[in-house]
Amino acid sequence: MTWWDSLAELLSSPLMQRALVAAVLVGAAAPVVGTFLVQRRLALMGDGIGHVALTGVAVGWLVGSWAAASPADAFAVPGAVVAAVVGSVVIELVRERGRTSGDLALAIMFYGGIAGGVLLIKVAGGTNANLMSYLFGSIATVSTADLWWTVALAALVLTVGVGLRWVLFAVSHDEEFARASGLPVRLVSMTVATLAALTVTIAMRVVGLLLVSALMIVPVAVAQLYARSFGRTMALASGLGVVVSVVGLTLTWWNDVPPGATIVVLAIAVYAVGALVRPLVHRHRPEDDPHPEMSDDVLVPATAGEDCPPATAAPRR
Amino acid sequence: MLVTSSSPAPAAGSRTTDAPAAPAIDARDVHVTLGGRPIVRGVDLSVPAGQVLALLGANGSGKSTLVRSLLGVVPVASGSVHLLGAPLGPRVPWDRVGYVPQRMAAGGGIPATALEVVGSGLLHGRRLLPPRDRRARARAALETLGVGHLLHRRVQELSGGQQQRVLIARALVRDPRLLVLDEPTSGIDLPTQEAFVRTVASLRDAGTTVLVILHEIGPFAPLIDRAVVLRHGRVVHDGAPPQARGEHGSAEHDHTHPHADPVPPSEGPDLTLGVTP
Ligand SMILES: Nc1ncnc2c1ncn2[C@@H]1O[C@H](COP(=O)(O)OP(=O)(O)O)[C@@H](O)[C@H]1O
Ligand SMILES: [Mg+2]
Repeated sequence: MTWWDSLAELLSSPLMQRALVAAVLVGAAAPVVGTFLVQRRLALMGDGIGHVALTGVAVGWLVGSWAAASPADAFAVPGAVVAAVVGSVVIELVRERGRTSGDLALAIMFYGGIAGGVLLIKVAGGTNANLMSYLFGSIATVSTADLWWTVALAALVLTVGVGLRWVLFAVSHDEEFARASGLPVRLVSMTVATLAALTVTIAMRVVGLLLVSALMIVPVAVAQLYARSFGRTMALASGLGVVVSVVGLTLTWWNDVPPGATIVVLAIAVYAVGALVRPLVHRHRPEDDPHPEMSDDVLVPATAGEDCPPATAAPRR
Repeated sequence: MLVTSSSPAPAAGSRTTDAPAAPAIDARDVHVTLGGRPIVRGVDLSVPAGQVLALLGANGSGKSTLVRSLLGVVPVASGSVHLLGAPLGPRVPWDRVGYVPQRMAAGGGIPATALEVVGSGLLHGRRLLPPRDRRARARAALETLGVGHLLHRRVQELSGGQQQRVLIARALVRDPRLLVLDEPTSGIDLPTQEAFVRTVASLRDAGTTVLVILHEIGPFAPLIDRAVVLRHGRVVHDGAPPQARGEHGSAEHDHTHPHADPVPPSEGPDLTLGVTP
């Protein structure tokens, strides 16, 4: 069988079709949100939301078993959406306070999320295997209904994240200036948090809750090595997210490897190569004189004593 | 406490004719508490339109905190603030308020170009999407400050003085009627300071109200209509600008003045700045 036949077979599998559509959407959307999270120094927020979402999955499962829903996990994704959104809003509120006790509060919330999920899923009659598919992703379980959730939420995340990128950037870049401009800083922060929550839930089936954050953050880490602007970083990261997701998923067709972990390892490999190659790429750039000729150059005074700083370098707070 | 301005008739019509009487800033009995400590303690400040006001005081006297509370960056514990005639909040015409913070925000390490940073100055409480001429306006604002060539440079890679000018461009890009600057000239060489003073002078001539926090009056002296001196979070002088002391800028002059002073602050005339009575 040639690789071409093999590829045709891959593309004709309905399971793989669904998984690929999900991977493209998740790969594109996750780094868009991740760019704002990194700029806000909240790179680990997705991880925290993922922990909390597990309880949502279990609660959804429990509700499904009470309602005798036909697939036992029919309410797992809606449950995860609700828990993730609630969790992200709580995280944002704790961050806004900026208290040291907030750190502990978050840690307790995250571990509570995992422990609650593990306990509740047992109560709901699920197994550890069910749980694993949410923790580490399982494309085999992507149903058509899941796919519709993914399509709708990814479209929402991309529309809001890209459409409102200017105001999201303004608030993420300089919150103080944003407040002094009358921007709705709190609303915008909550929007970013909610986008992160939705991304976690759509990426859950592809890479798993424990690795969701990697798909949001690692492509951004690669992109910021090379891009010169915020917009380019976001676009490059999003493109990388699609590539690693699709390639990682495709590899699982030929090799029995878990897709989520494969995608994340690929992304980290790209980062490692990117970081190694960067000094070579950036070494020669003649148009970038680090000491450009400036009109306001200082007239060099005769001498300045070593322990006598210039008057303009007054101490400031 | 209001000292009449010696500047030309304020806002006399180059741009605006609406609300001629409303002060640009009207703060009454403002108190600000940060981390459980009172930082600003009962400040009254009314800045008439068109005035150039210098806010002076030792490090830690609460200048930045006062200004940040006037702009809604930190909450006011008690008292009232009106900006351009509207109570602090969504009704303030934010498109006409420009703020230059003391330094560039650190951010999380995502690169941002000067174009993007200055362009973010076009967004405000009433505009969440940038206008179509975003690029042209950002470029024009940077060129006003002589740094048009930095448009596509990462701001993280710029020098302190260049970053300062990007921040000033971000405030000017929205064509402010009220401009608030927090130590815009600290750490900047003298020729740049003088160029910057010319920019402020032309804004003042166009009717812009300017509140500037200064550590040294320096080249700003001819522009200043009025000086307010803060000490321990209170106004201890409001009136004519103090004379710059000869030794003030020298290296051995100690500027540090701890705010958390156990001794109750006196409000007597023992100012470190040479204030003319
Ligand atoms: N966020 C904050 N939390 C607690 N204390 C603060 C905060 N910001 C400033 N302060 C304190 O308020 C005092 C005044 O600071 P600031 O307004 O920056 O003074 P200035 O600008 O006059 O140098 C200082 O003692 C500073 O430590
Ligand atoms: Mg200050």
